[in-house]
Amino acid sequence: MSAVQVDTTTTAPPAPPAPPRRPELASKSSSRAVKDLIARIVMWTAFFVAVIPLVWILASVLLKGGQMLLESQWWTNSQAGITPRKVGGGAAHAIQGTLYMALVTAAMSVPIGVLTAVYLVEYGRGRLARLVSFMVDILTGIPSIVAALFIYALWVSTIGLQRVPFAVTLALVILMIPTVVRSTEEMLKLVPNELREASYALGVPKWKTIMKVVLPTAFSGIITGILLGLARVMGETAPLIILGPYTKVIASDLFGGLMATLPTMINNDRGENLQPALDRVWGAALTLILLIFLLNLLGRFIGRFSKVKS
Amino acid sequence: MAKRIDVKDLDIYYGDFKAVEGVTMTVEPRSVTSFIGPSGCGKSTVLRTLNRMHEVIPGGRVHGSVMLDDQDLYASSMDPVAVRRTVGMVFQRPNPFPTMSIRDNVAAGLKLNGMRGKKQLDEVVERSLKSANLWNEVKDRLDKPGAGLSGGQQQRLCIARAIAVSPQVLLMDEPCSALDPISTLAIEDLVNELKSTYTIVIVTHNMQQAARVSDQTAFFNLKATGEPGRLVEVGDTQRIFSNPTEKATEDYISGRFG
Repeated sequence: MSAVQVDTTTTAPPAPPAPPRRPELASKSSSRAVKDLIARIVMWTAFFVAVIPLVWILASVLLKGGQMLLESQWWTNSQAGITPRKVGGGAAHAIQGTLYMALVTAAMSVPIGVLTAVYLVEYGRGRLARLVSFMVDILTGIPSIVAALFIYALWVSTIGLQRVPFAVTLALVILMIPTVVRSTEEMLKLVPNELREASYALGVPKWKTIMKVVLPTAFSGIITGILLGLARVMGETAPLIILGPYTKVIASDLFGGLMATLPTMINNDRGENLQPALDRVWGAALTLILLIFLLNLLGRFIGRFSKVKS
Repeated sequence: MAKRIDVKDLDIYYGDFKAVEGVTMTVEPRSVTSFIGPSGCGKSTVLRTLNRMHEVIPGGRVHGSVMLDDQDLYASSMDPVAVRRTVGMVFQRPNPFPTMSIRDNVAAGLKLNGMRGKKQLDEVVERSLKSANLWNEVKDRLDKPGAGLSGGQQQRLCIARAIAVSPQVLLMDEPCSALDPISTLAIEDLVNELKSTYTIVIVTHNMQQAARVSDQTAFFNLKATGEPGRLVEVGDTQRIFSNPTEKATEDYISGRFG
């Protein structure tokens, strides 16, 4: 607490002056330069090794599928009446199906995911919160085929219903919820506690503080997380193969019949060893990449307007 | 409007840790009471028990009583949300809501509690900003975000926000510690004006500030780290600074520790 006066008069005589160190200041250590070079080489090599497959995939999909996307019928027509041997038709049925299922998946998993995150960050204490958090971790690690088989066992084997597009979205919901929970959780944690306290101090109840202060502050970050989660789920194929067989026509009934999607379109046409079908495979692959890319872009774009600075 | 606060035998805990022990004091209405003391002595903790903000922290609880005039703030029938509407608070760091405009920040307390009517709200916004000495600086940009103001202006915005809900008491937790001297002066002037309407309790690290703005000063201290903090002495600011009863108060005020 109070400053202690140290008596310095009785200590040992001052140490001899340190030897001059000027040469070391001037010359560069050569061994350090070598290590630096090695580290650079390793780093750049790793970077290129990681990038090569990415560029390769993009380039070949672009080269082989790009032509298809330039034709307007690709975006407007379905494959109705088109045999693998025939050129023509479009992917409208698959694009529509993919977007439709993504939308329904989001409509179900966003409320569940966001509310779970709100519970974990704002309310969860003790054992139940730890359990929920642990379960979300487990869900994150579930392979998509396991989610698909689970819904199959539930929907088809146990309840005895047909394979319908809605069953696919249920499997996708299982896959999407954990990503929404985790990203929303991160964004909510970024909201400074001071804002919650400021709101409480104004006599605002907790639920209203969360609705009107916390969630709006984290809004754009939450949207970004949702879009990124959706982009991931859109490319999932296992649930589609197991629960949502391909069809060539445009469909919009979630609870009856079949609905095409881009992944199943790819899976269907790749079996035919005929050029028109193979062209469509590449076209559908590029379309799927493009859709996911656009969604990612949108997510990052919204993220730039984030009100919470990390 | 302003109310008296009576604190009696107040023990404050964080979980099992007793942070503050045996505080008994009275805060007079229409006056400024300052809490001084070294870091960690529990002065902010005591302040936060006066509007039940302490229990927002997990594990936070109290023993003892805090009376606002004749109402026990910790009675089991008392709604903490209602307490906070009556006892407002300004924090150490300015914390305007980043998603809201200046106008919405000031009106936030009323709007979030369900008050409608643009005209009424605009009146409250203007009155509160005028009381906070901020009206002239922001009246032409009420729709701009509150986070775009300078630190000192933000803090006055927070004061305007706190008084917009017409509290009886205003608690200030080191309101100037993040501000430059000029903004500090503006806040101190404001505190002087506000005390004619509100009961004000201000926590400060700055003893000159306590001497300048407060009528009554409470000195908190702890015996050692890990021990609970306690109220050493409370009294007229002039007396505390010129002729304290306790040795510890004198040591702290004359700068021998802390």
